[in-house]
Amino acid sequence: MSEREQMQFQTLIVGAGPAGLACAIRLKQLDPEQEICVIEKAAVPGGHTLSGAVIEPGPLDALLPHWREQYPGICVPAQRDEFRLLNARGSRKLPLPPGMKNHGNFIVSLGNLVAWMAEQAEALGVELFPGFPGSEVLFDESGQRVTGVRIGDMGLNADGSPGPNYTEGMDLLAETTIFAEGCRGHLGKQLIRHFRLDADSQPQTYGIGMKELWQLPEQRLEAGHILHTIGWPLPGDTYGGSFVYALDDNRLAIGFVVGLDYADPCLEPFELFQQFKHHPEIRPLLEGGEILSTGARALVEGGWQSLPRMDMPGALLIGDDAGTLNVPKIKGTHMAMQSGMLAAEHLHEQQQTTGYHQRFLASAAGKELHRVRNIRPGFHKGLWPGMANAALETLLGGRTPWTLHNHADHEQLHPLAGQPCNTQHPARSLPPRDRLASVYFAATEHEESQPVHLKVADTELCINQCREQYANPCTRFCPAGVYEMVEDEQGLRLQINAANCVHCKTCDIKDPYQNIHWTAPEGGSGPNYQNL
Amino acid sequence: MKILVALKRVVDYNVRIQVKPDGSGVAVEGAKMSINPFDEIALEEALRLKEADKAEEVIVVSIGPEAAQQQLRTGLAMGADRAILVQSDEAVSPLHAARILHTLVQAEQPGLVLLGKQAIDDDSNQTGQMLAALWGRPQATFASKVALEGETATVTREVDAGLETIAVDLPAVITSDLRLNEPRFVKLPDIMKAKRKPLDIRPLEELGVTPPPACQIVRWRAPEPRQAGHKVETVDELLTALKERGVL
Ligand SMILES: Cc1cc2nc3c(=O)[nH]c(=O)nc-3n(C[C@H](O)[C@H](O)[C@H](O)COP(=O)(O)OP(=O)(O)OC[C@H]3O[C@@H](n4cnc5c(N)ncnc54)[C@H](O)[C@@H]3O)c2cc1C
Ligand code: SF4
Repeated sequence: MSEREQMQFQTLIVGAGPAGLACAIRLKQLDPEQEICVIEKAAVPGGHTLSGAVIEPGPLDALLPHWREQYPGICVPAQRDEFRLLNARGSRKLPLPPGMKNHGNFIVSLGNLVAWMAEQAEALGVELFPGFPGSEVLFDESGQRVTGVRIGDMGLNADGSPGPNYTEGMDLLAETTIFAEGCRGHLGKQLIRHFRLDADSQPQTYGIGMKELWQLPEQRLEAGHILHTIGWPLPGDTYGGSFVYALDDNRLAIGFVVGLDYADPCLEPFELFQQFKHHPEIRPLLEGGEILSTGARALVEGGWQSLPRMDMPGALLIGDDAGTLNVPKIKGTHMAMQSGMLAAEHLHEQQQTTGYHQRFLASAAGKELHRVRNIRPGFHKGLWPGMANAALETLLGGRTPWTLHNHADHEQLHPLAGQPCNTQHPARSLPPRDRLASVYFAATEHEESQPVHLKVADTELCINQCREQYANPCTRFCPAGVYEMVEDEQGLRLQINAANCVHCKTCDIKDPYQNIHWTAPEGGSGPNYQNL
Repeated sequence: MKILVALKRVVDYNVRIQVKPDGSGVAVEGAKMSINPFDEIALEEALRLKEADKAEEVIVVSIGPEAAQQQLRTGLAMGADRAILVQSDEAVSPLHAARILHTLVQAEQPGLVLLGKQAIDDDSNQTGQMLAALWGRPQATFASKVALEGETATVTREVDAGLETIAVDLPAVITSDLRLNEPRFVKLPDIMKAKRKPLDIRPLEELGVTPPPACQIVRWRAPEPRQAGHKVETVDELLTALKERGVL
């Protein structure tokens, strides 16, 4: 292949999320002359962003103090917190864990916020390129130093050959490359493996979050009301719960998170979310309303003990690409921003990547992660032991002398117990009818002629071993119904409806054989989230 | 020869359109905005003509809010030489747009004006035709092929009966159909270069164009949702179902 076109920057940032943008903005504030390039796989900043999101404003106040006056997106001050334990018929109020007290916080659409931050970054002179995914990491000849990122090609045919409009992706080179791809970044995953960044840390763990934005009839909502639930319809051994946030203009953000360390191969996260919406106390809220948008995204849950080393020669891993989210708070935005700002300050002062990891651990954000490190793993033994452990950890402020272990999510599935999966679910009346109907509200789009971006290494495994042991869990955990087992003239095979993919990364995480690899599709492909 | 291309900023075709709850318009907050796809095709054609040495300069024009600069910058990144934004926060009607474009045409004196056959937001399919009439020049609409030779444009049009090929004298107005070409992908260095190309912003009021009597939009409403389909197993079942619906 011919030499690719190249471009050189001082700093290259992959991913325009809260981490990447906070880093870019801070770098420019410290050194306005610096050339900074940010690439983002979504066609517009925020287009692939899905979050709750109740955010802690501290880091944003520090980074862009004028945001409180000028930020135009959805932003509702938190008013009343509520935490409930559900059973099938009713619920019980629980005391608020300290991490869930939201006085002083704001409910935002993170997609809106990211779009606004992107404008601020551009106004400072950051070169921002939405619609350009990083597809490969570039190394120097020794393979021991990151030199940049290759951008994905455009206009390939399905078989990978160049189509009529083929445009070769360029090589972007930089003194420092900062990876800020968010949860389970596919380049971050490659780096962790390449540099064995996780040699001294525990396996990363994840959850899948699904969310819907609803428009409801007048006077049903109290703007700023924040409800979290645990319990029903989740099985007792499965971690997770719901979030229900009342926005302005009669809009409601409702979502559900399921820990991806679940054991039952038959479990269907999407179905659990839909069941939850039909709880006798939730359904009346939604009836007569209308869905505006939907989506799904994995979130990191491993916390302090699962953080890989965040610095390596020529590169840094920041935000949820490393895994900075605070699980008990289910808040990662303020952590991602802090890790980005800290990265900027570190590079500005030290002119090198070395030392960033230690610096992050010693920072306020690192200490925050350390304090809550034992809460999430305490739930491995189920809801009640988890709650008791959480209470103890909270009481002691994380000063327990031990650190609980994490286990890789893909190793947690139990093989089928001889029985086929039960596919009969209780009847539902609220939309969406099924995953396909839900994807419609994610407005996801992939040019159909491009190569399939979900790479399944061994498809024989799907029809033999995986089918027998786990009944193909990919057909159930994917929130967009991308994976289907079909039987036709060619026999039984896995069909990948890649065009429906919403880039949540669950398949890359949960596949029990680690047989599925998410790669970046053609630039700009993917969901077109609106206000998520 | 100069080519003038009109680009409208519209809600992207992938976005699911949401009507505001009070029916006063379409909710565009947080929605991805793009160049109207037919206009993008028009621009691609203009760029190909320039690359084939049939034109010296390609100027992109948009009438819209300040944010329409984004679409003009994309046009510049694709290869246009300069851009003009006629800034107006209010949506303009097709006749108003045609009058504004006519004013610019008089100032710029292009040999060809290329624009999309219609915008995907209001589907009016009028601006190009009205501009040709105001300008007093020929028009070739729904183009699926364009060839320039001297003072003549030979244009293949997609009409109901098939393909119609006509020749028009230049200067002329040509509106593009879907099959005219497939627009190129923009390259990253070109986006950077586009930031330095001239983009001239003119407030609409300063152009002195008389707005036509406004047509008032009474109400917006989303189409009724489609009922879920129903699968039948046998021909008998199909016949019964058709009879139930009174089709048979
Ligand atoms: C359902 C759910 C609810 C949540 N609720 C809350 C909440 O209430 N409060 C809170 O504070 N946090 C919440 N979070 C967590 C929060 O959203 C994340 O912690 C935060 O978004 C992390 O920021 P980030 O910048 O690290 O990554 P992201 O926000 O994921 O941003 C990464 C960006 O990089 C882009 N990208 C990825 N790969 C590439 C590539 N190869 N090339 C180019 N671009 C790429 C992505 O498109 C994306 O724009 C929630 C998360 C989920 C999923
Ligand atoms: S294919 Fe994978 S990344 Fe895409 S939506 Fe399904 S689970 Fe998520």
